Amino acid sequence: MNADDGNFEEPILRLRRRIEELSALPDDAAHRKEIEKLREKLERVSKEIYAGLTPWQKTLVARHPARPYPLDYVEALMSDFVELHGDRKFADDAAVIAGFARFRQRPVAVVGHQKGRDTKEKIRRNFGMPRPEGFRKALRVMELAEKFGRPILSFIDTAGAYPGIDAEERGQAEAIAVNLREMARFHVPIVVTVTGEGGSGGALALGIGDRVLMLEHSTYSVISPEGCASILWKDAARKKDAAEAMRLTAADLRDLEVIDEIVPEPPGGAHADPAGAAAAVGEAVERHLSEVADLTPEERRERRYRRFRALGRFETAGPA
Amino acid sequence: MWFRKDRAPKEVREGRTSKVPEGLWVKCDSCRQILYNKELARNFKICPKCGFHFRLSAPERLRMLFDDEEWVELDPGLRSSDPLRFRDSKKYRDRLREAEEGVGPSDAIVVGSGTLDGIPVIIGAMEFFFMAGSMGSVVGEKIARACERALADRRPLILVSTSGGARMQEGILSLMQMGKIAAALGRLAEARVPYVSVMADPTTGGVTASYAMLGDLNIAEPNALIGFAGPRVIEQTIRQTLPEGFQRSEFLLEHGMLDLIVDRSEMKATLARCLRLLWDGRPAA
Ligand SMILES: [Zn+2]
Repeated sequence: MNADDGNFEEPILRLRRRIEELSALPDDAAHRKEIEKLREKLERVSKEIYAGLTPWQKTLVARHPARPYPLDYVEALMSDFVELHGDRKFADDAAVIAGFARFRQRPVAVVGHQKGRDTKEKIRRNFGMPRPEGFRKALRVMELAEKFGRPILSFIDTAGAYPGIDAEERGQAEAIAVNLREMARFHVPIVVTVTGEGGSGGALALGIGDRVLMLEHSTYSVISPEGCASILWKDAARKKDAAEAMRLTAADLRDLEVIDEIVPEPPGGAHADPAGAAAAVGEAVERHLSEVADLTPEERRERRYRRFRALGRFETAGPA
Repeated sequence: MWFRKDRAPKEVREGRTSKVPEGLWVKCDSCRQILYNKELARNFKICPKCGFHFRLSAPERLRMLFDDEEWVELDPGLRSSDPLRFRDSKKYRDRLREAEEGVGPSDAIVVGSGTLDGIPVIIGAMEFFFMAGSMGSVVGEKIARACERALADRRPLILVSTSGGARMQEGILSLMQMGKIAAALGRLAEARVPYVSVMADPTTGGVTASYAMLGDLNIAEPNALIGFAGPRVIEQTIRQTLPEGFQRSEFLLEHGMLDLIVDRSEMKATLARCLRLLWDGRPAA
């Protein structure tokens, strides 16, 4: 991340390098003191930089290659994870993960997007951009959750649904639409966490829940800043302006009442301290899950409907 | 609520190629034949030479489907606000004002309650000439209310889509309309009130990925562009030219996404026949 204002992390990386260098030197009191001072500075500088990120910089953090992905949260927060495969109609889409696990003793269903770390895995997972069978696999597992009364935990991290010929042929739009309708109808608790990129319909297709949480530096938007810039400004290079205008940060979405809570990230972002990020996600998910688990199934469904029904801003003129 | 006067669609600027100017003659976008405007209007705005379906305004669409001029517009007073104070090359507020002056105040959908071949129905017709039929909070709210009204009155719902997708100027709130509408359609489905989706050229993006694909019946006009991702986005992603006829109605029918392709001149009769086969019109026991 050196272009596009991505070099905002440079001071942090420099301090980390310095600490590493010193740590390699003989362990004496002077070095220890120096390292201690540098660590304090690192924490302070990380906090300062991350408190002042622009919307475009947050977009870059949300896409950071080292950012924890949904499977990392499953790994950190859950036990007995059994990943399930396939939509029973066409294929298994590795851009979506789905299965069952135990979250703080409670059996839950898990669905999420998954981008892949190295080149080979990225290609296998199609960079986390699902085809219809990915959405249908998630739906199949969520239907099992509904059948057996297990809460659903959804983790969102995708640039969007895959825009390809095959995806269109097999009904990308239909797959997303059905997920929206069905997630609104389930009786079991659903807690959604946006952990990275919340990219448009492909994100929302796993995003209807009783509660929707967002990590502090994640984003959620109707279209990517690049896409918005190329359509409205006729110039993809205006992505920073588009990122500003679209209001895609967690704080914006809280102001617009689209999300329920911002989950704070460790200083320097989730990728600087994945364990710290997972602990914060685990605490927030547990709290919201316990709250909605206390409602009756019908009450929960009704409130979820009301929650989404209330979204939007408009004016009423004249006779209505 | 009020009775809509027979308001002629005003001249629109956003209509690109398919608008029919007020002159006596018009050239068909498809076959380039010169057509007599009145003849075109009498023929459901279908080119008599080649069958090309010209784009319709929402009032034109509703006049073709409702039995008479006595249908009632629902929620005509809803207006887009500017929740993000959005500005690209132009302010969203200015775009809205221009669209309202050029097209009318009903935003990108007009919803009405009336009868179709004697069957009491709610019909929503999208207005492509209003900001490319884009779906923001007003479209979402009108459709959600239309669903709730259809459910309360136990009237079948018909939504005629023609849209470029979600309205970017309302950001995440536009995206959330997809969830809101899909949830409302879920309730209608549970109550066993029919919902028929009719797709006209073009139906893309978040509109397709929410209500347009959720009909008990999905019906399209011939040769309409229907898809999730736009053809240009797909071309840029895969760096290939798209096959002939890709994302057209006939392609979707072949791939199992549509129940029917229906010529506009047959649309009303087909809807009536289908509704009568599905629905006896009596309230649920
Ligand atoms: Zn023609």
